Amino acid sequence: MSDVRVRKRVVVVEEIFHEGGPVSATPLRRAAALAVIHNPFAGKYEPEIAGFMDDLKPLGLQMAKSLIAALGGDPKIVEGYGKGAIVGQAGELEHGALWHVPGGYGMRELLGSAKAIVASTKKVGGLGTRLDVPITHINASYVRSHFDSMEVGIADAPRADELLLALVMTTGPRIHARVGGLKASEIKGEDGLR
Amino acid sequence: MKATVRKIVTVVEETLTEMGQLVNPPTRRAASAAVIENPLAGRYVADLTELTEIGEELGTLLTERAVAALRIPGSSVESYGKAAAVGEDGELEHAAAILHPKLGTPVRKVLGKGAALIPSSKKRGGPGVALDIPLGHKDAAFVRSHFDGMEIRVNDAPRANEIVVAIAVTDSGRPLARVGGLTKEQIKGEDGLR
Repeated sequence: MSDVRVRKRVVVVEEIFHEGGPVSATPLRRAAALAVIHNPFAGKYEPEIAGFMDDLKPLGLQMAKSLIAALGGDPKIVEGYGKGAIVGQAGELEHGALWHVPGGYGMRELLGSAKAIVASTKKVGGLGTRLDVPITHINASYVRSHFDSMEVGIADAPRADELLLALVMTTGPRIHARVGGLKASEIKGEDGLR
Repeated sequence: MKATVRKIVTVVEETLTEMGQLVNPPTRRAASAAVIENPLAGRYVADLTELTEIGEELGTLLTERAVAALRIPGSSVESYGKAAAVGEDGELEHAAAILHPKLGTPVRKVLGKGAALIPSSKKRGGPGVALDIPLGHKDAAFVRSHFDGMEIRVNDAPRANEIVVAIAVTDSGRPLARVGGLTKEQIKGEDGLR
């Protein structure tokens, strides 16, 4: 058991009205919740790290809650999600992998029946490193209109002994989505893929 | 709206610890940035009134967004700042036209007060360029604990024919401020300076 020590929290909301085409009646919103925490494994090789995933679960839930609150409070409007981590330079990439379970858990807990795998990415980086968090539809990974991403980062994080953890939710397709493929209206919703 | 807005991005940052010391209550700051079309991109226009008027409406819109994101009344805002980044087909003077003549009055209207100059910065840049918004106490520019800055960037803006306009507000000064000078308790609030 390790304490989860949060230095900083950031919530970002993007509202997208158009991208050169018709202005949408309902702007697409993307929101990211970021937390900068102390990396308890920084500076050494620690073989046993998996227990920290349980410690991170309350943080995952809290971040997912803050995202839904930032999007207006109704989980039903969430259509896409993703997650990511940036590991400070005294840590290893594997420490970023600790976020997979608690990050996904936090969002699924609030989104109910979300079936699709939560798209994710991670890297080691310094202060101000940017991360392109991948986004897919919450119920069917192949929904082409919802393949998206959101760039996140914090100017003063992660320090060498920190982890920057990210969750992202979106409220719809890309603003001018028009390259075909599986539509959200065609989701069968059985396997999380189609 | 006079401005053609492509996107609005709102960020809230909370700092909970610094150098292992608890920041209690956490310091919080918020910025809201609009990505707008630059109606004067690509040509020299002597009269910048169009941009000045856009600045006036963005003063209201962005201040309201940023204050709402902090979930406090406008009167509880302690410091503020503003900035703009002009895309490559615009000129620096376009940023000046938005920021300086008319943007401040609606900002102060939302906050109820604001005797101090609103600190500002501007630059020309490409998509993703970082804006460092200078921050100062809204009623007394010399309050040393509130000299600060907040970085904001929008990864896909400004495009060549766009301008990013940002307003930042806080409910606090720097975390662990301890370099002396005028404190907020000592504000006289007559001249906007002390």
